[in-house]
Amino acid sequence: MTRGPQVLDAHADVLQTRVGAAFPGSRAVFRGHDLHQSALKDIDWLSLCAFGIFGRHVPPEQLRLFNSVWVWTSYPDSRLWNNRVAALAGTTRSTPTLSLCAAQALSEAAIYGRGIEFRAVDFYLKTRKILQGGITLADHLESFLQAGGRMAGFGRPIATADERVALSHALACDLGLADGEHVRLALEIDTYFAATRPHLRINVAGLYSAFAADFGWTPREFSLFMFVTFQAGMNPCYLEAADKPPGAMFPVRCADVRYEGVPARAWPGG
Amino acid sequence: MSGPSSSLHTRIWREDAQADNPFATRAAHCHGYDVYGQMLGRARWVDLLYLLFKGQAPSPAQARLLDALALALANPGPRDPMVHAAMSGGVGGSHAAASLIAALAVGAGQSGGARDVRLAMDAWQHWVAAPTGDLGARIACLIAHDSPPWLAPSDSGWPEREHPAGFDPHGVSTAGIVIQALQTLAGMGVGPRLSWLHEHLGALEAAATLPLAMTGLAAAAFADLGFTPMEGEMLHLLLRLPGAAAHALEQQTVYGFKRFPYPPIDLQDDPLVKRAEESVA
Repeated sequence: MTRGPQVLDAHADVLQTRVGAAFPGSRAVFRGHDLHQSALKDIDWLSLCAFGIFGRHVPPEQLRLFNSVWVWTSYPDSRLWNNRVAALAGTTRSTPTLSLCAAQALSEAAIYGRGIEFRAVDFYLKTRKILQGGITLADHLESFLQAGGRMAGFGRPIATADERVALSHALACDLGLADGEHVRLALEIDTYFAATRPHLRINVAGLYSAFAADFGWTPREFSLFMFVTFQAGMNPCYLEAADKPPGAMFPVRCADVRYEGVPARAWPGG
Repeated sequence: MSGPSSSLHTRIWREDAQADNPFATRAAHCHGYDVYGQMLGRARWVDLLYLLFKGQAPSPAQARLLDALALALANPGPRDPMVHAAMSGGVGGSHAAASLIAALAVGAGQSGGARDVRLAMDAWQHWVAAPTGDLGARIACLIAHDSPPWLAPSDSGWPEREHPAGFDPHGVSTAGIVIQALQTLAGMGVGPRLSWLHEHLGALEAAATLPLAMTGLAAAAFADLGFTPMEGEMLHLLLRLPGAAAHALEQQTVYGFKRFPYPPIDLQDDPLVKRAEESVA
């Protein structure tokens, strides 16, 4: 039974949890381990984050791969839409945390960031099952696209080529992580699009979503894990804007706004 | 100095610059109406709200309905997760914006939040396409909640749907405030959905095996006002903020953290307990 006021009653007045608790002045528990007394106290922060998400320890080579992916996707360019929010918050003299919180929220976007990764992992997992049923990849992709499907992780909103794909794939090869079924599937899709739709070549999100699928991560887990992806590039954007004169980040003259609406008219009764 | 490489484009807003400063506004027009020269002092807040989204002034009946809906949505109350989130900001002394960001993030949700409204409005679009006289088909549109085989861009991040959009998964019967709001809004005579909902509420709830929620009512009202599902989602986020803001400030300035609930915990994976069990074994 998951519905009804009796369900809410059963959860009222006390927090039932398996993920942990803080006992101020005494101890803290993190997924069944004493955070200050067990082996957990010595692991690095990223490993702890991963343990919190997956409930199991993630192999160091997988963390190493994404650590580098995050380095290679950290662009302190204030024109990028999420970074721009950090910079705009700097220009209005908002706070560091509000700035980054809003910029990170934008990173769950339909055409880049978390939105792409979520759909890409989902697509790989479902596609693999479909292909196991005997359908060819070409037939599947054509049918998906003809039904109005939008490929997540293929194509790029501003540029066609993605300079990070070769870099990420090379590192994955070095780490022995490049031969999983979903990575092979992603590269087969890329090969197909190279011949049929060059504007849909794989981008780095398409590649590392395939890594995630190979590692057994769900779209939700992957989305949580990737939260920090653009963080390093955002901080300088906020700082530089906050150090410029107020309002000096992307100032817009009245004449720079191209109005394309109806001409002036009188308000009814005005 | 060169001009902009590309302009901002808008059909909503036109600003004329001051003669002495290209960055200062002398006059502002919204969809052609002079906001400060003509609307201010004559138009109501909901007039501008409707105008911003729909590009035209609302009829008097539409303005009344939007005004009433805004009142119905303004404060979900301190038990609502959205307001609870804002209060958590207030009680800890977080910034005002943090409390509202918290309210927006929680109030965005698929169960009882703005995503619920958007999905319910999607369902109302199917309702419009169903044969008018086929009550069963129309009801079926409103209670369907199958997940799509492939995620659309707007589906990213959202979980599987657990119940029909716009219904209360824990409700037993229609909440009194929902019935009161439905009766009032349906009586305003704007659009077909509210009156249909009022007329067929019993059959609809029986088919859903759930009572209508305020989100379902809001979805019908937004749709009757001509808003799209995306617009309804945005407006639902916006219109529920007043209560969140007021409750956040009340916790911050009147009560404080010592009078804010901090429930006891039932830790079900406790290393101390495990250690004790192992030593007994």
